[in-house]
Amino acid sequence: MQAFEYANPMTVKDAVALLGASWTDANVLAGGTDQLSLMKDYIHTPKRLVNIKNIKELAGIRKAGGNLRIGATVTLDELIDNREVRMAFPSLVSAARGVGSPQIKNMGTVGGDLCQRPRCWYFRNGFGLLAQKNGRSLVDDGQNEFHAIFSQGPAKFVSASSLAPALAALGATVTIAGPNGTRSVDVASFFVAPSSDQQREVDLKPNEIVTQVLVPMSGAKNASYEVRLKDGLDWPYAAAAVALRMKGSTVESARVVLGHVGPTPVVAEGAASALAGKSITEEVAAQAGESAVQGAHPLSGNAYKVQLAKTAVKRALMEAVKRA
Amino acid sequence: MQSKVHVRTAINGEPAEFLCEPRQSLLECLRDLCNLTGTKEGCNDGNCGACTVEMDGRIVTSCLVLGVEAEGAQIGTVEGLARGTELHPLQKAFLENAALQCGICTPGFLVAAKALLEQEPEPSEARIRLWLANNLCRCTGYDKIIRAVQQAAREMKEARP
Ligand SMILES: Cc1cc2nc3c(=O)[nH]c(=O)nc-3n(C[C@@H](O)[C@@H](O)[C@H](O)COP(=O)(O)OP(=O)(O)OC[C@H]3O[C@@H](n4cnc5c(N)ncnc54)[C@H](O)[C@@H]3O)c2cc1C
Ligand code: FES
Ligand code: FES
Repeated sequence: MQAFEYANPMTVKDAVALLGASWTDANVLAGGTDQLSLMKDYIHTPKRLVNIKNIKELAGIRKAGGNLRIGATVTLDELIDNREVRMAFPSLVSAARGVGSPQIKNMGTVGGDLCQRPRCWYFRNGFGLLAQKNGRSLVDDGQNEFHAIFSQGPAKFVSASSLAPALAALGATVTIAGPNGTRSVDVASFFVAPSSDQQREVDLKPNEIVTQVLVPMSGAKNASYEVRLKDGLDWPYAAAAVALRMKGSTVESARVVLGHVGPTPVVAEGAASALAGKSITEEVAAQAGESAVQGAHPLSGNAYKVQLAKTAVKRALMEAVKRA
Repeated sequence: MQSKVHVRTAINGEPAEFLCEPRQSLLECLRDLCNLTGTKEGCNDGNCGACTVEMDGRIVTSCLVLGVEAEGAQIGTVEGLARGTELHPLQKAFLENAALQCGICTPGFLVAAKALLEQEPEPSEARIRLWLANNLCRCTGYDKIIRAVQQAAREMKEARP
């Protein structure tokens, strides 16, 4: 790992001031479960590392207006254990539980989960976010079984965050602090497909910090379903999160978001409109799954993910309406 | 080179201090600076669990923690399990069940399993397997490890007043 200066600020203001104009000036350190691996592999080489875990304003979960406010440094374990989260957002609890390791759940934070870098093995081996060599995509002709079935332009990696699909379906927003104050972005638009290696996959500047996530307590029925190879350690192959606003047993409006199939969480508008006005039966849920994968373009080695995504949608829907 | 940082912490209940570079992991600090070589390095990137230690009552993979982050923390390593020459019930059960061969993974399994039994004294087999998902063993095939944890759970239950 390249040597760096370690900073341990106590306020968001100080932390922002310690960050810099470029990603090599400084990086944020939260749980470190991804950041330290990236530094060991020289993918991130910051001159300064700014630990944000001792900033009190970033901690804790509480009700704020009609939202549940989840601080950026809340760990996955704290999230799973929180009473309010359990009652209102089962989709979030099951997404966090999917991270199979107690060690990672104890260390990893909500902010870090959203900002973690893609696991694309070309990116992790130094070929850049778009995994190109001499202008050609290494992914297209290479090992792409875990890559996107919804590529966006040259971006063929998949967003790694397990929490993002659930948060996007719930209509959550992230609050971001920078040198000019704070701004707020929908989780769904926080993720962006980069068109060059210089861009990031999230709407975040090098001198900005995610401070919190606000999840509306709208009473929507919600669930998520992840397809994993095993009950244990690894990222899901495909996932779906749903949030349903119901009138009796009829869906008034729905949000369906796919995870691990594209460079951003994929908001499945088609599936949402297929659900409006219907009661959820196996058949309706399966149709929504079909609609959700319209427009998928698998790569040479990952057509299997289309079926997984369909199934994830169906199972998430059935799970959401199973709950009273 | 960046200047070194003086870190004051507590390891296995005893005050401890070391002088480290910010880039040194807690794992390196324990092994190379504190001579506590019980904690092992496997993958060095969070996947194998060999470096598992307790930090403020929660298990973490110490290869993904910086030594400087241990400032003011309570660290628990495998060296803290035995009481003098009296082994911890988990250590005894690992020996009796031949739950180790090369032993590289063992300290991580012991520290992780201890944390489980402290919060859930009677875990099911499935629960034990899931809890230990971040601890890899290339030698034993896991069954003996699971049996050892089950045996230790029974013995710890009987030993309670
Ligand atoms: C073995 C293993 C298995 C895993 N499995 C899964 C999985 O199944 N699903 C999943 O989603 N994740 C998984 N992870 C990824 C994982 O590291 C996290 O989910 C974790 O929550 C990241 O949080 P962190 O606090 O450790 O982030 P860090 O490592 O501290 O940071 C990650 C990145 O985000 C930036 N960052 C962190 N917090 C902020 C903030 N508040 N503002 C701005 N930037 C920030 C950092 O600079 C860094 O670039 C796994 C990791 C490992 C090692
Ligand atoms: S050495 Fe830390 S998890 Fe493998
Ligand atoms: S005993 Fe050798 S790795 Fe587990």
